[in-house]
Amino acid sequence: MAKVRALTGNHAVSEAMRQIDPDVVACYPITPQTELMQKFADFYADGLVRTELICVESEHSAMSASVGASAAGARVMTATAANGLALMWEIVYIAASTRLPITMTVVNRALSAPINIHCDHSDSMGCRDTGWIQLYAENSQEAYDHAIMAVRIAEHPDVLLPVMSMLDGFILSHTMERVEILEDEQVKAFIGDYTPLYPLLDVDNPVTYGPLDLQDYYFEHKRQQIGAMENARVVIPEIFAEYGNLSGREFDIFERYKSDDAEVILVCLGSTAGTAKVAIDELRAGGIKAGLVKLRVFRPFPHGELVEALSGARAIAVLDRSASFGAEGGPIHAEIRSALYGRTDIPVYDYIYGLGGRNIFVDDIKNVINLALEGKAGEMNYIGVR
Amino acid sequence: MKKAPGYKDIPIGGLIIEAGNAEKYETGSWRSFRPVRDDEKCIHCLICWIFCPDSAIIVEDGKVVGVDLDHCKGCGICARECPKKVQAITMVKESEFRE
Repeated sequence: MAKVRALTGNHAVSEAMRQIDPDVVACYPITPQTELMQKFADFYADGLVRTELICVESEHSAMSASVGASAAGARVMTATAANGLALMWEIVYIAASTRLPITMTVVNRALSAPINIHCDHSDSMGCRDTGWIQLYAENSQEAYDHAIMAVRIAEHPDVLLPVMSMLDGFILSHTMERVEILEDEQVKAFIGDYTPLYPLLDVDNPVTYGPLDLQDYYFEHKRQQIGAMENARVVIPEIFAEYGNLSGREFDIFERYKSDDAEVILVCLGSTAGTAKVAIDELRAGGIKAGLVKLRVFRPFPHGELVEALSGARAIAVLDRSASFGAEGGPIHAEIRSALYGRTDIPVYDYIYGLGGRNIFVDDIKNVINLALEGKAGEMNYIGVR
Repeated sequence: MKKAPGYKDIPIGGLIIEAGNAEKYETGSWRSFRPVRDDEKCIHCLICWIFCPDSAIIVEDGKVVGVDLDHCKGCGICARECPKKVQAITMVKESEFRE
């Protein structure tokens, strides 16, 4: 039986980590992730996990230690945010390209400069081409659930890619919510034992990690990564379904909220989806057929399924909590437009919002939906910027 | 020429899962100078064998018998390390061996 607890998003993820009991965790503090690792370090100090906890000297080292431990054959987890993720960058690519099933929670925070500790998605969206699978949580419950499912997705033999699970900094990480925690035994049975394919510690079968790979084979290794990401499209729904049966909560690659008969569909991800649901309920009460598609899996991007889910609408409004400087709209907008290209000519309006943690309100979202429906929005729009 | 294996046929992540397969990679064509050993001068001290970074000095029964030209890159370390009083190895321009 699951236990209902009042937990912050950070604490919820640390509970998942305690239950997963990874072989190695690399730990370095950064706001707003610090409390997550602090809670996990408490579990370590109290002897509740068998984990080797490595307190490293930077995030570059955190990801490097994770790569080394994962190559050695360990189940590895770490967590970071914003500038910490930026400092990891080089090794973030190497983790995916070396096909190491590391799982990492990213507590979304705006990248400097100017320095800002609050939520936007510039950190993880910048990582969208690193080759990591990306999951975004609407609430702390999902942050907990994703952390557990991430292990299974990453380690699946058809995938073997690292998984990044996001939760919104402060909005979720530091806010207490109702979270259902599975029994430890349920989590352990669900994730199972990890059998690494090519562990460095298997001295009877020596392997080389990270050799030079030039014009003759590098391209083939990238092609393999693309294939693994395609395989993840098949594997992720299977694992979602299995975990759904275990937890009693439903998981789909994206959530359709009142979107089936909607004339206007809002697309967003993260905690804003919760606010959007309230806005949509209020609009529906006023007779406006509005709906929401909440993205959960951003990499691999579910373009085919989205075309099916969005093509009944008259207008689509996209909320992007990060800017893609010089591009046509934010990252989600670009993906949605690309998915729809040649398949439908529904207008897609992009709204950049919430940079650096600026709040978004129910009325903002209602306004976005109304403007999209009336065709009065520009292609590029901003919510709440002066 | 045989077509090189494709992405479905090679280990993932750039891993090399066959120990010691560097031997299959023939690097001898990189060489611009070839070590030529004078068997009459050689005292078989094996210093060249110790220093060769490519394990290209062929030793049989404790004696130097030749150089593995498929892997020798011509770095000249063997000639440099050969004892001053012996100087059995000379580096000769590879072009002098061409027809």
